[in-house]
Amino acid sequence: MARIKIDKDKCKGCMLCVSACPNGLIAKAKNLNRRGIHCVEFSASSKKNKKGCTGCSMCAVICPEVCIEVYK
Amino acid sequence: MGNKNRILITGNEACGEGAIQAGCRFYAGYPITPQNELTAYMSRRMDEVGGVFIQAESELAAISMVFGASVAGKKAMTSSSSPGISLKQEGISYLAGCELPAVIVNIMRGGPGLGNIAPGQSDYFQATKGGGHGDYHSVVLAPASCQEMLEFTRIAFDIADKYRNTVIILGDGVLGQMMEPVEVTGSRYQAAAREKPWALTGCKGRKPNIIKSLLLKEGELEEFNRKLQKKFSLIAKNETRFEKYKTEDADIVLIAYGTSSRISRACVNQLRKDRVKAGFFRPISLWPFPYRDLKSLDKGKTKFLVVEMSAGQMIEDVRLAVQDDKRVHFYGRTGGGIPSEEEIIEKVAGIK
Amino acid sequence: MEKVVFKRPNSMREVSTHYCAGCGHGIIHRLICEIIDEFGIREKIIAVAPVGCAVIAYDYWNFDVTEAAHGRTPAVATGIKRVLPENIVFTYQGDGDLAAIGTAEIIHAANRGENITVIFVNNGVYGMTGGQMAPTTVIGQRTATTKKGRQIKRDGFPIKISEMIALLEGAKFVERTSIHTPKEILKTKKAIKKAFEIQIKNEGFSMVEILAMCPTYWGLEPVEACKRIEEEVVKAYPLGVLKR
Repeated sequence: MARIKIDKDKCKGCMLCVSACPNGLIAKAKNLNRRGIHCVEFSASSKKNKKGCTGCSMCAVICPEVCIEVYK
Repeated sequence: MGNKNRILITGNEACGEGAIQAGCRFYAGYPITPQNELTAYMSRRMDEVGGVFIQAESELAAISMVFGASVAGKKAMTSSSSPGISLKQEGISYLAGCELPAVIVNIMRGGPGLGNIAPGQSDYFQATKGGGHGDYHSVVLAPASCQEMLEFTRIAFDIADKYRNTVIILGDGVLGQMMEPVEVTGSRYQAAAREKPWALTGCKGRKPNIIKSLLLKEGELEEFNRKLQKKFSLIAKNETRFEKYKTEDADIVLIAYGTSSRISRACVNQLRKDRVKAGFFRPISLWPFPYRDLKSLDKGKTKFLVVEMSAGQMIEDVRLAVQDDKRVHFYGRTGGGIPSEEEIIEKVAGIK
Repeated sequence: MEKVVFKRPNSMREVSTHYCAGCGHGIIHRLICEIIDEFGIREKIIAVAPVGCAVIAYDYWNFDVTEAAHGRTPAVATGIKRVLPENIVFTYQGDGDLAAIGTAEIIHAANRGENITVIFVNNGVYGMTGGQMAPTTVIGQRTATTKKGRQIKRDGFPIKISEMIALLEGAKFVERTSIHTPKEILKTKKAIKKAFEIQIKNEGFSMVEILAMCPTYWGLEPVEACKRIEEEVVKAYPLGVLKR
């Protein structure tokens, strides 16, 4: 099953990846990162649909800070 | 006078040939009288020597193209006349801010504004006090003959590369467009070759080079400026040039550069015939200005007459050198006017 | 066995950028670096950074970079490419740098058919100086210098510089793309790759105009800024190949 790794401290909380993920697997984190902002976090599967991460990399493609690595 | 490989050539073309001999292989120019012969010459010669000639869309594009060729490690030059040189000031400041070598030729004409196409020397301040923004200096060399237009351009490229600095050749319409026999010893002149590890050539086999003048970090720009000022004092120590003529026993010393110096030298000969102890001092490097060498001629009561084709600009540096304004006199013509021998001799007679 | 399918390109330094959250520059910087890695030309690249938000691009790129006076980027690139024809030279410019102060330079570099690649980021404002109107600010768009929205009578029209450049015979390839969705980003990458290919094959001047987000000076959340491109900016600046 594919997954992504988010560099939480580089994330500036622009939330572009959240809307880019076709399966809604990325969401705003509750806690703050080192920059004092709500970064994002990845969960292997979401209530929206059971299918997990497919490794499509749409999140990484739109991330302006190159915070996301994708593994498959 | 023997042949010795001399040809009859305009000052503008001699300047171009000097650049070619110095190894300049990039020239960007733009049409403006009275320097067009130089641009035309380079458009022909660069193709012959496998160099690059570009007629740019403007003088300020041309100086930026020179910036590009220089940042890539090549010897590069541009030329223009007064109004066009004003357009290049920002580019020159950027070259200084990146410590990039480049040669800029100004064949001065009457100003201000569109002025006229007659010779002038009213860009002295712009050239020596830095016409662009920031604390920087270009080395400024002032030729007074077609031979010097060739030789000083060669020297200019050497100084530019030696110190990674801009060098201005400050000529005028007379020097540019008149013809004189010029000794073209091209084959024997060996331009100094210098390694340029700092240049942008693609980071193969080394860490990437970054060449920029934006220094935002705390104290970074001030540190850079300290380094620049140290360089400028080194240049002043090594590259100050001048010529003295009959100054040992002179009661009055005429001070002039470029075309004005040719006329002043003739006056000194005439004055000597009329048993006036006149001498002549010619600054060749207008920056660094030969303050100490000029001061050394002052025997306490010596009088000085500064002759310029302007309303008086170099006179301020002469005053700084002599430190006694009462003894520093001025004769100048503006708007393209050229001082005549008679006018200068008449002025000398009037000085008590 | 798990393997990495997406990571930071080698030509891009491992640092955080100074760009605002959701700014388009970071994405475009990465696309360029991905292509440089794919072509294996990092060691032949010489880039010319503009004056504008992206002036500090050399802090993020792992290859030779210089910085031009505002608007003179194409002239500097011309000088470099003419004396080092074997190197790959590209300029990275904003809308102010390219379509305002540098209009003459970009037109004449294209007209001379200089064998360089121009990456032109059109986000409709001067970002670094506080969001003033740019040549590409659309009619009615509010900026620091068009408080009531850009008015034709006072501020003229958003300039279609890429269409102008496409008219020049010296321009070999001109395309306008966008980065407001992953799909558009991948199309932008294809366009940039095509532009670099043209330079590598010595075929002449290539330029890609990229519509990008400036959430801060559009006064929008990044996600809304992307939507704005879809609904508004693309009307004034239609996407597509303008010259091939």
